Amino acid sequence: MKLMLGNQAVARGLYEAGVDVVSSYPGTPSTEITEFAAKYDEMHSEWAPNEKVAAEVAIGASIGGARSFCGMKHVGLNVAADPLFTAAYTGVNGGFVLAVADDPGMHSSQNEQDSRHYAIASKVAMVEPSDSGECKEFTKMAYDLSEKFDTPVILRLSTRVAHSQSIVEECDRVQHDTGAYEKHPEKYVMMPAYARPKHIFVEERTAKLREYAENCPFNRIEWGSDEIGVITSGISYQYAKEALGDRASYLKLGLVNPLPEKMIKDFAAKVKKVYVIEELDDVIETHCRKLGIDVVGKELFTFIGEYSQSYIKGKIFGEKDEFDTYPAEVPVRPPVMCAGCPHRGLFFILKKLGVMVSGDIGCYTLGAAAPLSAIDTTVCMGASVSGLHGFNLARKGEYEGKAVAVIGDSTFIHSGITGLINIAYNATNSTVIVLDNSITGMTGHQNNPANGFNIKGEPASAVSIEAVCRAVGIDRVRVVDPNNLAETEAVIKEELAAAAPSVIITRRPCALLKSVKHNPPVHVDTEKCRSCKACMKIGCPAISMSTGKARIDTTLCVGCGLCEQLCRFDAIGYQFCGTATD
Amino acid sequence: MTRSIMIVGVGGQGTLLASRMIGSVLLSQGFDVKVSEVHGMSQRGGSVVTYVKYGEDVASPVIEKGQADMIISFEALEAARWVSFLKKGGRIVTNTQQIEPMPVITGAAEYPADIVENIRALGIDVTALDALSLAEEAGTSRAVNVVLMGVVSNMLGIDEAAWTKALEECVPKKVIEVNRKAFALGRAVRI
Repeated sequence: MKLMLGNQAVARGLYEAGVDVVSSYPGTPSTEITEFAAKYDEMHSEWAPNEKVAAEVAIGASIGGARSFCGMKHVGLNVAADPLFTAAYTGVNGGFVLAVADDPGMHSSQNEQDSRHYAIASKVAMVEPSDSGECKEFTKMAYDLSEKFDTPVILRLSTRVAHSQSIVEECDRVQHDTGAYEKHPEKYVMMPAYARPKHIFVEERTAKLREYAENCPFNRIEWGSDEIGVITSGISYQYAKEALGDRASYLKLGLVNPLPEKMIKDFAAKVKKVYVIEELDDVIETHCRKLGIDVVGKELFTFIGEYSQSYIKGKIFGEKDEFDTYPAEVPVRPPVMCAGCPHRGLFFILKKLGVMVSGDIGCYTLGAAAPLSAIDTTVCMGASVSGLHGFNLARKGEYEGKAVAVIGDSTFIHSGITGLINIAYNATNSTVIVLDNSITGMTGHQNNPANGFNIKGEPASAVSIEAVCRAVGIDRVRVVDPNNLAETEAVIKEELAAAAPSVIITRRPCALLKSVKHNPPVHVDTEKCRSCKACMKIGCPAISMSTGKARIDTTLCVGCGLCEQLCRFDAIGYQFCGTATD
Repeated sequence: MTRSIMIVGVGGQGTLLASRMIGSVLLSQGFDVKVSEVHGMSQRGGSVVTYVKYGEDVASPVIEKGQADMIISFEALEAARWVSFLKKGGRIVTNTQQIEPMPVITGAAEYPADIVENIRALGIDVTALDALSLAEEAGTSRAVNVVLMGVVSNMLGIDEAAWTKALEECVPKKVIEVNRKAFALGRAVRI
């Protein structure tokens, strides 16, 4: 018995199910599935450039006869939706499971979409575990389901399932036989003549799956009081169970697409009042209403954010836990760029120049927070680059000298390159800044195609970002060290002024990388400090003015030297250590 | 009955390791255990919280206001922030170390004074200690988490041997000695 994260348990399930090929793009809260999968040498695991590629790799591997997997966060499925919808038609050879991790409450996401709609829209089976034990079991069962019904299966997680540890029992791996490959164009070549009969197959498959849902190991009933019947799935089941205990009976749905009909009707008939408890959208509720069952759903429970045991207990019984409150205001503690973050210098300059900043997804999104407050937009992966082109078109050239896009190295590879091609091809004088910190940072340090290492940390081919930019038709490509403020500012000004599109690569590895050697921390000479607060403008968590003079927390400072460059009185430096200083 | 422990602090202080260590100790005692973490955005110097729940059969992995039997706070302000999550009669173990959040750094807010006294005034049992100094005494400021685990090891009624085993499981071998020292210094704190 082991305590495992839900994500780790999914990886264990992949291993035990005999999966051969794992291809994913990192995204909180799904990342650890593939990180843990990579620890098993029996499977090929890889970071793909984006979720579409990952899904296509997994589909290709399935056609090749292997059991295959790809994992992503909810918004990643938007990127991978194209292959998914047609893989729904081709079906599988080796089992194909796609894990998608939703993020109710948006702990680390830009929206709160409910991925169950994708299973409905693409007409594939979707299963949803409620704890780590089920993460492992459902993953394994999903492969059998995939092969039995010739369908991709989506494994839906949410943050609290993916990132909670609970008990898992390990079993041995059962090797999957890939068999011989046979050409089968009417199954795998989805041109109209072959796709039309496949749509018929898809509808027939859905009907069979619906029948299967009535009596399958994913769905179960737990009888308690018949006063209340709860229909639920995923993490909501755990909340409901803790909130209501024996005061309710539960229909726990593990197969969330397609949903059973008779099972739900029978359950509803045996209880006095039915509640549907599901985070985000009213998927189960809508199904129940279509069956003519009178349920309490979203008129009581919100569409927004995470549920919890207290929330459910409060809504159904009006019960509340008592608690004390701290008697004074407690300042918020928002996430910040780390001390020594190579993005800090860039955003300081962008703020100073007052330019419009078309932003993207990554650690550098924190450049939107005070005091840097530099970012104007954040939409989705890659939108900084393509969005800037559109913005410049709208402003008819007015902003070409005072707007930039900022995009990280991994995000640039993910979906920034196509936007850059569009800038070159459709000719706006746009300035794109690629923040190359040699890692996929926000998701917890994954290697990527531009940093020269694969998922196992072995040397790998590295994309030259400079060469890619030139190859797509950008002639002005500059590389600067963002910790050199004067040079960074000069280069940005030059490129904004230039009469051609340009890319500036700000290159310095993430300060948290183990391979990065730090300078000793800097100190403040309190005699020289005039309390001008110039050093406070970079929003470094290591610098404060609590004593009236600048003070540097030497446990946080990594000696990046930005504050030293900003001090006009030479009051900050390495040399002040141990003198009449703080 | 399910019991609930919250571990709160600032991203980067090592709360995840602490929660995994407690989880491992509790699992070794035959409890059903759930440990809930938050990754990603919140780790970047933000306020972080992990939940540890144990008992015969744990359902929800999260803890809410008025439900924690114990809060282990890695930083003083975080103890104030999360105190409302404590159950009536619950206890708090807090590091007295202060890490200024960005609104305090920029001057938009002030770091609250007398946090431990204010929490005690609510009638709550508070064990307050300077875990940073003890960690430094052990050899590294990064061992604040393990110092606090040493303190908590006296509070859950579980043998030291189980804690020592969990420490060895959770801490990389090359830093085990300094962490053993940090744990011992925490365990020696009077509660």
